[in-house]
Amino acid sequence: MSPSSGRSSRRDFLKTALAAGAAGLAPRPASAAPKPALSPDRMGVLVDTTVCIGCRNCEWACKTAHALPTEPLKSYEDKSVFEKFRRPDDKALTVVNRFDAPKDAGTPHRWAKIQCMHCDRPACVSACIVGALSKSEDGSVLWSTRRCIGCRYCMVACPFQVPAFEYHKALEPSIRKCDFCHDRRRSGGLPACVESCPVEALTYGPREELIRVARARTKRYPQRYASHIYGESEVGGTSWLYLAGGDFADLRLPRLGPDPAPGVSESIQHGIFAYFIPPASLYGLLGLLMWISKNRPERGPHGPGE
Amino acid sequence: MRPAPVQGKFLTPGVIALILLAANGLAVLAWRLLFGLGAVTNLTNEYPWGIWIGIDVAGGVALAAGGFTTAALGHVMHRERYHAVIRPALLTAMLGYTFVAIGVAVDVGRPYSMWHPLVMWNGNSALFEVGMCVMCYLHVLYIEFLPVVAERFIGRVDLPGLLAPLNAPVDRLLRALDRGLAKTMFVFIIAGVVLSTLHQSSLGTLMVIAGPKMHPLWQTPILPLLFLLSAISVGFPMVIVESMLASRSFGLKPEMDALSDLGRMAAPLLGIWLAFKLGDMFVRETFVHLAKLDKASLFFMAEVLIGIVVPLRMFLSPAVLESPPLLLAASALVVLGVALNRVNNFIVAYTPPFAAGSYVPSLGEVSVTVGFICLLALIYRAMVMIFPVISLPDRSLPVPARYRVRG
Repeated sequence: MSPSSGRSSRRDFLKTALAAGAAGLAPRPASAAPKPALSPDRMGVLVDTTVCIGCRNCEWACKTAHALPTEPLKSYEDKSVFEKFRRPDDKALTVVNRFDAPKDAGTPHRWAKIQCMHCDRPACVSACIVGALSKSEDGSVLWSTRRCIGCRYCMVACPFQVPAFEYHKALEPSIRKCDFCHDRRRSGGLPACVESCPVEALTYGPREELIRVARARTKRYPQRYASHIYGESEVGGTSWLYLAGGDFADLRLPRLGPDPAPGVSESIQHGIFAYFIPPASLYGLLGLLMWISKNRPERGPHGPGE
Repeated sequence: MRPAPVQGKFLTPGVIALILLAANGLAVLAWRLLFGLGAVTNLTNEYPWGIWIGIDVAGGVALAAGGFTTAALGHVMHRERYHAVIRPALLTAMLGYTFVAIGVAVDVGRPYSMWHPLVMWNGNSALFEVGMCVMCYLHVLYIEFLPVVAERFIGRVDLPGLLAPLNAPVDRLLRALDRGLAKTMFVFIIAGVVLSTLHQSSLGTLMVIAGPKMHPLWQTPILPLLFLLSAISVGFPMVIVESMLASRSFGLKPEMDALSDLGRMAAPLLGIWLAFKLGDMFVRETFVHLAKLDKASLFFMAEVLIGIVVPLRMFLSPAVLESPPLLLAASALVVLGVALNRVNNFIVAYTPPFAAGSYVPSLGEVSVTVGFICLLALIYRAMVMIFPVISLPDRSLPVPARYRVRG
């Protein structure tokens, strides 16, 4: 990351970039561990839930792109799946749910696709015991099978409850979640879901750009959109962003604050260690105590000695 | 008084029951290893951690705190009169942590990758810190136990059959270890205390990252401090429980002198924990959740009343400290309370945003947890019969008949 890009005017970005310990800009605070710098060009997807028609082509495209077993595309016209609220799991990395639309929307339903949000400050990356999860420069949060031990701490940490585990495998069970089509994108392609969307409810582009686009839409059509862009500030910002016609809670997107998802856990962690000074001091203190009390006659509740 | 191997029969009806339960647990465990976690547990994508983490790991680490608290008291502060309880506490901690490690190994999806954290580091992860500390501490505990092994076998190494020529070298090795450790043991004892304070607290940091997924009654930035204080509080009561159970099982007289004094120290320690717990509740104004009388508030109140308030009052009474059954009862309440606290923190407090149901452990999960506890008790019994762990009155040592199991 070049120093000039770090001086970008956008406050949110600067905040996250600094929090991520943008190396080279300034001496790092003592407690911050080195982290991969967030690229200002990282990509994202804008999900416009007022445009989505619930065709579920994205679900099919995702399964096909990730070699997951799937029924033929034709079967996705069956709308009965919407009767149950679904979550992504190890067999479907993204799912579309149907919700009741706000009263004056002119349509009875809204649909919302969910998948990994690809946080800018991911809790899973902070939590993973072996660093099997990483935030890559292009925005995706990736999981590495070479490192994973299957402890599922990432699932405990994720504020969106996204990572899924292959509970029925005895050997090499994996953590499954959306990988933002990292491989497809690296070879110049689009994420499979974005490519398959027939109504362009999904827009792929640089995250900064998407926020500009989203804000323009909400300004231009204030009746159509809620002014908030979900994911712009939630848990320190996410690569996937959402627009809605009403309250985001109606789409069952969790209400989350602007603090990065790892919260205070990293500060506590680095506070306890702080270059091993506190443990070393405790060691010294106990040693001193041991040495002092060594030759002292014992005084218990029953008087000295035994 | 000096430690000696306890004499007597290993098998009793109670021991046979333990063996059956342990075998049942191991059978279920084999099933899990062959067919995956899903075949045995009720774990889901909503509830990724169950009682194997909540009880076997978190509870196990907390209840093994007797090891470092008695080491601090007896070795660091040189309170010689507590030496009789140090070895039993050390053995409990050593076996406890061994089973914590085994518990983690069977809970992770890829047990054969357990070595990864050794070479793949993530300094931001509380779990990484817990893992590394527990691993180091486990080694320290084994080193601390080596002198006991040396004491038992020096001059008595008698390997069977083909290994017999190794008798002399093994004896020399034991003597060398014993001599070396006698001079350097203080290094390991202090390291054990430091490592314990580190990972006991980091175990609390673990759930901080779950943020809003954890019920506000438990979710607090001072979780590491509360975990450390509760571990220190449960250390002595756990030693009392285990010492009383062992003497009962072997038909010995409980060490009331030392145990009453340990009980006397429990009250102030519990008081400090309670003060921070309630203080945190008032600072964060989470007491409003108590009025709801739902599952979370009931479990929280149970934890505070049964685990802290009632035993705290009991430990303040001289009558309780002098009476073996009452002292055992008060200590057992603390042990149960801290175990409940760990279950609450890791399971009851965990409320995922999209939960279709709630987590109840499966029969298989319970079988494995119970099996591990039984196996631990069996190994403990075998170890105190082989090694000089439990202190016996000097004069009666050569008369094994006196220590036969009653009934």
